[in-house]
Amino acid sequence: MTENILELNNLTKFFPAKAGGIFSRAKGEVRAVDGVNLTVGRGETVGLVGESGCGKTTVGRTVMKLYEPTSGQIVFDGQDITNLDRKEMKPIRSKMQMIFQDPFSSLNPRHTVGTIISSSFTIHDIEPEGGVEHAVRELLTLVGLNPEHINRFPHEFSGGQRQRIGIARSLALKPKLIVADEPVSALDVSIQAQVVNLLDDLQKEFGLSYLFVAHDLSIVQHISDRVVVMYLGKVMEMAPTRELFANPRHPYTKALLSAVPVADPKIGRSRERIILQGDLPSPVNPPSGCVFNTRCWKAQDICRSVVPETIQISPLQTVACHFPEV
Amino acid sequence: MSKFLEVTNLNVSFPTEDGEVRASNEVSYSVGLGETLAIVGESGSGKSVSNLAVMGLHNPVRTKITGSAVLNLADGPVDVISASADTVRRLRGKSMSMIFQDPMSALHPFFTIGDQIAEAWHLYNKGSKKDGIKKATEMLDLVGIPDAASRAHDYPHQFSGGMRQRAMIAMALVNNPSLLIADEPTTALDVTVQSQILQLLKDLQKEFNMAIILITHDLGVVAEVADRICVMYGGRIVEDGTVDDIFYRPEHPYTLGLLNSVPRITAGESHRLRAIPGQPPSLISLPSGCAFQPRCEYSTKVSSGACASTVPSLSDKGSGHLSRCHLDAADLNNLVKDKA
Repeated sequence: MTENILELNNLTKFFPAKAGGIFSRAKGEVRAVDGVNLTVGRGETVGLVGESGCGKTTVGRTVMKLYEPTSGQIVFDGQDITNLDRKEMKPIRSKMQMIFQDPFSSLNPRHTVGTIISSSFTIHDIEPEGGVEHAVRELLTLVGLNPEHINRFPHEFSGGQRQRIGIARSLALKPKLIVADEPVSALDVSIQAQVVNLLDDLQKEFGLSYLFVAHDLSIVQHISDRVVVMYLGKVMEMAPTRELFANPRHPYTKALLSAVPVADPKIGRSRERIILQGDLPSPVNPPSGCVFNTRCWKAQDICRSVVPETIQISPLQTVACHFPEV
Repeated sequence: MSKFLEVTNLNVSFPTEDGEVRASNEVSYSVGLGETLAIVGESGSGKSVSNLAVMGLHNPVRTKITGSAVLNLADGPVDVISASADTVRRLRGKSMSMIFQDPMSALHPFFTIGDQIAEAWHLYNKGSKKDGIKKATEMLDLVGIPDAASRAHDYPHQFSGGMRQRAMIAMALVNNPSLLIADEPTTALDVTVQSQILQLLKDLQKEFNMAIILITHDLGVVAEVADRICVMYGGRIVEDGTVDDIFYRPEHPYTLGLLNSVPRITAGESHRLRAIPGQPPSLISLPSGCAFQPRCEYSTKVSSGACASTVPSLSDKGSGHLSRCHLDAADLNNLVKDKA
């Protein structure tokens, strides 16, 4: 048994960028994920953060093989799954499941909750102990829903409850890894906390590993053991949560952390903030050298020409910067 | 001295087939020039609805509005709730202005950004088309769009999310309004862009001495920009106080629960989040008594059982800090300490 449930080696995913018109041809590539290395240990939660368009969702979807990777390697549970086709992926999919951001569009409105959750069993041709209905009722209880609601339709539930249905579905086959793509960002604050606590409890009970994709840094800090910061398809920094938040080494991480509004007026007033200029550059035409150089206050000539190597700054912390913070 | 906007006992409801949606009940708040009032609440708490009523943006046929919202203008007070649609239209844009959450759907995709800003300017100013574009360029420059003169000729889809929000702000401020209502202005934006926009709003407020009403669910944003805060729940204001009142001396169990359910980025050890159990109430069938009572862990501590039967009044417990709870603030504090 290998130590890591998931290993990504130099993973890239480029999408063709089309010119308009019927006879469109590829004009270039959107470098959504560009050489990402990352591991998720057994029972570990890895937070993947970054602004919209940084490629974090694409990483999650490529791990699930919902997108074919352009190059690189995906190793899941000791097995290279990079080049497996649909049929070969099927048994593996039961061990890795996904929770989606939008609890409204990720549940079929014409199916009952029972059908939605039991579809996992039907697809994989599994007869759970005690029968399908029994298993579904148990799952509903597990995620804090009333098992009597098995015949209701998604529209009869609130956003938070629907997200619980999505979680129940993902747990049906007792997966080892769950890729959670912004699982709480569509929910109200008081409901967010309920769902985050549920994810915590389930991890303890079943020894799950999470790849937790999110933009909300305070949630990520709360739930993750390690955090990976992405910018424009590349990993900028990777570190255990406490190190990353206490001592960010990449200027982008530092700026990102300082931009998060703190729900404490005294701290808000006193702390120093770094306000980045401008927006995220286009991933079709990323800046040369370090991709962050156009917004970085420390950028020098070398940053504009040479792509920084990812350096191991401490046993667990890596950073891709020519001039990391000390 | 009276404040610039004074909303008193505002009720907004929508009759529907399923029953009357009582979105705003006896809502009162006020905001002065140069001041920022934040209205905080979860979705469906009625925070947007009351402000849309102030702007006169509800469908007059399908909405029942009572109460008053007085703008204290230089030439005398105007109650925008009882005023004619025409009067309110002449105030919109000039005396009060609004920016919306989603800048993509609030901008017209067929017209250039410059044209759209110029259109707002032409409503209250005489000038040629060229003057309008010149003014638009000036405004875009003010809100920090680089190379404003050429970007004014761009269409909304050519702008990024943050730039569109800046363009919306430019449009809202082109006639120099005294009141700006910002409805979740940064919710659709990334954090690094959010901090740019919040800073911009603060700077512009200083420059033009505007009153700002910020509608949001994000307590972090509130902590950074607000002077006063109203917390809404189930269509009612449940607590009203200064930023420090709300964050350091909360007097309502809902506010307390809300503050506890936010993970703190500054906290050292990660602890279990203290979620509020249950769901927010439906505005069609609000619980009798206090709307928060079914989710409130302290309701059993009120001996008379008043929580389930009587709506608590929004009472001042000193120094303008209002709370709508049957429990006394001191008693609540003791209960919280006992639990800890």
